[in-house]
Amino acid sequence: MIPFQYTKASDVADAVRLIAANGGAKFIAGGTNLLDLMKDNVERPTTLIDISRLPLNSVEETASGGLRIGALVPNADLAWHPLIEKRYPLLSSAILAGASQQLRNMASTGGNLLQRTRCAYFYDTATPCNKRQPGSGCSAVNGVNRGHAILGASTSCIATHPSDMCVALAALDATVHVTGAKGARAIPFADFHRLPGDTPHIDTNLAPDEIITAIEVPAKGFATHYSYLKIRDRMSYAFALVSVAAALEIKNGTIEEARLALGGVAHKPWRDAGAEAALRGQPAEDASFARAADLLLRDARPQAHNDFKVDLARRAIIRTLTQAAHGTPQSQSNKTIQ
Amino acid sequence: MSTPNNTAKAYTGTPTSRVDGRAKVTGAAKYAGDFNAGGLAYGAVVEATIARGRIARIDAGEALRVPGVLDVITHENRPRVADSDEAWRDDLAPEDGSPFRPLYDDAVKFNQQPIALVLAEEWEIARYAASLVRVDYEKQPFVTDVYRRRDDAIVVEKPDKLRGDAAKAFAAAEVRHEADYFIPTEHHNPMELFATTAMWEAGGPLTVYDKTQGVQNVQQFLCGVFEKKPNEIRVISPYVGGAFGAGLRPQYQVVLAVMGALKLQRSVRLVLTRQQMYGLGYRPATIERLALGARRDGTLDAITHEAVGTTSQFEEFSRNDTGWSALLYASPNARYEHRVAHLDVPTSCDMRAPGAATGVYALESAMDELAVALKMDPVELRLRCYSERDQNEDLPYTSKRLRECYREGAAAFGWDRRKPEPRAMRDGKALVGWGMASGVWEALQVPVAVRIAMTANGHAEVSCAASDIGTGTYTIMAQVAADSLGLPIENITIHLADSTLPSAPVEGGSWMAASACHAVIATAGEVRSELLRRAKLMKGSPLADAVEEDVTLSDGKLVSRRQTDRGVSISDIMRHAAMERIEKEKTNEFAQDKAHARNTHSAVFVEVKVDEELGVVRVTRVVSAVAAGRVLNPKTARSQVMGAVVGGIGMALHEETIYDHGLGRIINHDIAEYHVPVNADIHDIEVIFVDEPDALINPLGMKGLGEIGIVGVAAAVANAVYHATGVRVRDLPITLDKVLGRRQAA
Amino acid sequence: MQDGAVHPGASPSPLPEKVSVTLIVNGIERRFSVLPWVSLLDALRDHLDLTGTKKGCDHGQCGACTVLVDGRRINSCLTLAVMRDGAHVTTIEGLAANGALDPLQQAFIDHDAFQCGYCTPGQICSGVGLIAEGRAKTADEIREFMSGNICRCGAYPNIVSAIQQAMGAKP
Repeated sequence: MIPFQYTKASDVADAVRLIAANGGAKFIAGGTNLLDLMKDNVERPTTLIDISRLPLNSVEETASGGLRIGALVPNADLAWHPLIEKRYPLLSSAILAGASQQLRNMASTGGNLLQRTRCAYFYDTATPCNKRQPGSGCSAVNGVNRGHAILGASTSCIATHPSDMCVALAALDATVHVTGAKGARAIPFADFHRLPGDTPHIDTNLAPDEIITAIEVPAKGFATHYSYLKIRDRMSYAFALVSVAAALEIKNGTIEEARLALGGVAHKPWRDAGAEAALRGQPAEDASFARAADLLLRDARPQAHNDFKVDLARRAIIRTLTQAAHGTPQSQSNKTIQ
Repeated sequence: MSTPNNTAKAYTGTPTSRVDGRAKVTGAAKYAGDFNAGGLAYGAVVEATIARGRIARIDAGEALRVPGVLDVITHENRPRVADSDEAWRDDLAPEDGSPFRPLYDDAVKFNQQPIALVLAEEWEIARYAASLVRVDYEKQPFVTDVYRRRDDAIVVEKPDKLRGDAAKAFAAAEVRHEADYFIPTEHHNPMELFATTAMWEAGGPLTVYDKTQGVQNVQQFLCGVFEKKPNEIRVISPYVGGAFGAGLRPQYQVVLAVMGALKLQRSVRLVLTRQQMYGLGYRPATIERLALGARRDGTLDAITHEAVGTTSQFEEFSRNDTGWSALLYASPNARYEHRVAHLDVPTSCDMRAPGAATGVYALESAMDELAVALKMDPVELRLRCYSERDQNEDLPYTSKRLRECYREGAAAFGWDRRKPEPRAMRDGKALVGWGMASGVWEALQVPVAVRIAMTANGHAEVSCAASDIGTGTYTIMAQVAADSLGLPIENITIHLADSTLPSAPVEGGSWMAASACHAVIATAGEVRSELLRRAKLMKGSPLADAVEEDVTLSDGKLVSRRQTDRGVSISDIMRHAAMERIEKEKTNEFAQDKAHARNTHSAVFVEVKVDEELGVVRVTRVVSAVAAGRVLNPKTARSQVMGAVVGGIGMALHEETIYDHGLGRIINHDIAEYHVPVNADIHDIEVIFVDEPDALINPLGMKGLGEIGIVGVAAAVANAVYHATGVRVRDLPITLDKVLGRRQAA
Repeated sequence: MQDGAVHPGASPSPLPEKVSVTLIVNGIERRFSVLPWVSLLDALRDHLDLTGTKKGCDHGQCGACTVLVDGRRINSCLTLAVMRDGAHVTTIEGLAANGALDPLQQAFIDHDAFQCGYCTPGQICSGVGLIAEGRAKTADEIREFMSGNICRCGAYPNIVSAIQQAMGAKP
């Protein structure tokens, strides 16, 4: 860790003012990812602006029937919030699939969106990494890349986004509310995270002087037909090889609305409009699910060590859609995969 | 020997809660990094970032300018240390080679090698300053992949005399199985970080709190390295937060902490980071080749087991890996050979059941494949090859109840309901597989000395330099001491792991329980003799004509064995003799018996459920039946075997130190990406101790339990995965991509 | 580490001022001054001499440092002491403050839910947090919600039994 000044923001406006005034500053809320990276000298802020006590920790109903989730609501509280459990169980399930209860007690909703990749080379300052040190090269492209991206990667970076919660938020068409020096704006979830391109050091479209204040989920919660399935190398407390969030609306056996988002396969939660469109109007059965999976994965480009991910993702998509269709969502405690 | 008489409660054999339990559940138990002192300086290590070469330039200037930094020690300015290999060779050092010397010179021999030590007033200051030490290297070519050195590996172990002609018999066998198996590098990852607190005191000895499995080994090593007299360094390690072999040899942090304390003349704490612990020893990546030739009736004609392990360029570490195959099963022809490949990595070291965990994994996987080829039940095959004698030495065992392990384990598991064909059993979308394997380990015993100080109020302090690394040494010694001194266990205080205490070797190899317990019994015998001598002098003593064999200690009294109401209380004896305390020290003695083999055995039965489409493997049930002589504490013994099964499940499904061989660097060097089992991975584990009377091995008839529990587990899991899926994964860990048949070589 | 390209510049950054922090630790108010980069874990261990809380990874990957802050279990390695100014912290030393063991501490002894004991303070604090949450009931749920605490000795089944005992559930 490099030395840093520590200061507390008194309100959102103060936070915005402070970050604009300090070039090397970062906000700290839960701190679970930032401090982890600071200890490894990957993140090197010169000032930490503590926003953890700002009044951004409530969950409120919106006029349009959705929920506005304060950016500082801890992940654990969000997963277990009665309105989330009842109306957005996909979000609850995805949150509980990630990290540990201790980390979920600390990690904030906004901070979860800003988690950085788990790519081992990104973490190891002794190796080149374009995300950590722009222009230094990508060690993973020709290194060990079993866990890396199969979709949307570039020659600069093949890292994946590690969040589970974000996969559900992507599927739910959430909106990210931010405030900056130029005022407040809303960013559709799909536009929040970026693909690596040739600027992999920039993970999101949040401006450096902006703060996330809330996440809004629209009215449609898919509380009947949903599932979050996370495939990983051990049963808990591990990042996804592939994860799938599936949400359906089904009427008389026909899919009326479909959402499908994948984690562990790309630099951002991966959605594919074509795959979802292909599900609409189709019977809720294997053949429809397989077609959607094939569409979503049509441009998949595996790395040297993760060819398996393409096939695994296909199977996981079909299984998760089946779970959603049957109304038998994946339990995050009982590890049997129905 | 002094076993309790019939009237007294016997602690030995009775489930007994850990005597150090309260200290551990209240946070009172102090580990090496927990000892605080005024003026403590904190160390941080700078590591090499290349696999091989030399340090062309190292510049600590900027680091030294950080406020609070006290010193930066490198090979250029370090204090004097011994310059002979002999001085650096600890009890566990390989005979061949030159032990690693941290900060000795400019040579870089492996990635993550320590190359500088920063000392500062606070930990974060030291860590920050460590990041400012600039290093230029001259890089040299390196190899970290055992497969690239397979053909250059050097033979380190093979039998003195060949048994038959295994190659010829294999070629002629009715049924043959031949395959390669692979175990990747694994790191112990004890929960406690490797740590040393060196307490400096002007004019006094340096007191070193170290994470180690052997305080006297470390103490002698430090005296050698720093050219000190024995009374100038004392090593203490009352609690050890797991080690699994990683703490057998002195690790570099103890050298650096002592170096820092001597240079600063100040107390120093050095705690390695989790990442830095991947620069220490490890279970060597090993390629195992098995060739089994059998008759159609399942008897073996030929066993060949060849292995290639891994070590550093500067030391030749290896353990018996292949010999187990020739030992365990009857076969007229057997050949084994172990070779090691020298790579640009640290020296490998012992990790729980070293050699057996790997070698028996390969053997028992191969036996399963042979059973498939023979269309024979895997348990039945092992019974057909069962040997009553050690096949290498052709000796009978002091005891061997492996047959009962198979029988009792199979019964508890319900093995008779197994459908023999793969993919024949299902539970919903999961394929169910049942697999089994045998396990074998040694029952060693070593010289250990114990001191007992008994006071007139009926309390006893039992002291020994042995360590308790979580295995339960404190408890089992207290049980045996209580029984052999006839005192309640609450009146026994055990002092361990201080280099000034009576001598003991490192705690490892499953030898400490039997060795330490018999040292307690031997010393208690001396106490009893002294008490009898004094009792006989008492006026009208009821024991006036008793001889040693006739008396025992029970309920705080010295009594006649035949007539337990005839006796004198310990306090009366000591009062009459005007003694405050009786203090005795003795080393255990075991009969020299070269006519018998001494081993523990096990049979492990595993159920897995494998999602057919997704390849996700869950171990849902394990039965481990162990034959290890008399079990002194069924409660802690069960935990020890259960924990070893968990370790075996990790070995089977999770554990792999992943190298980027292009960089010569470990890339999953933390405990998020180096996977070990978490709570959700572990379900029912049943431990059975089969009755194994052993009148030959030692008076208590006991054997150690530290290793046997892990041996065979990985094979049983692999065999169960095969039975579930029909897919044979021969390289660990069994990850879902391999189960799906879609794994690319890294 | 020592990669010049990554860490340019030849002068170290100056250290900031120490910050005064007050914590109510195990019911006792403790005031101390630390640099902002001191984790809650290091503050407890190095500044308040409460070494019952253990460092097993310093990165939130093992759970050995679990303590209760304002009643919730967290990894004390991943929070700064200065960020917790004014908070109530319960460590393993505070669970048996009056000499009587917490029911979960006793259950850990009864069920032999540890061997080396190093992860134990974190396991117990985590278990106390789990019981207070009131969510995990079944063995599967306990296993999942205790998966943030790694035990390398492999005491997991006994840990689950101990928590069930302390919950008053039938083992």
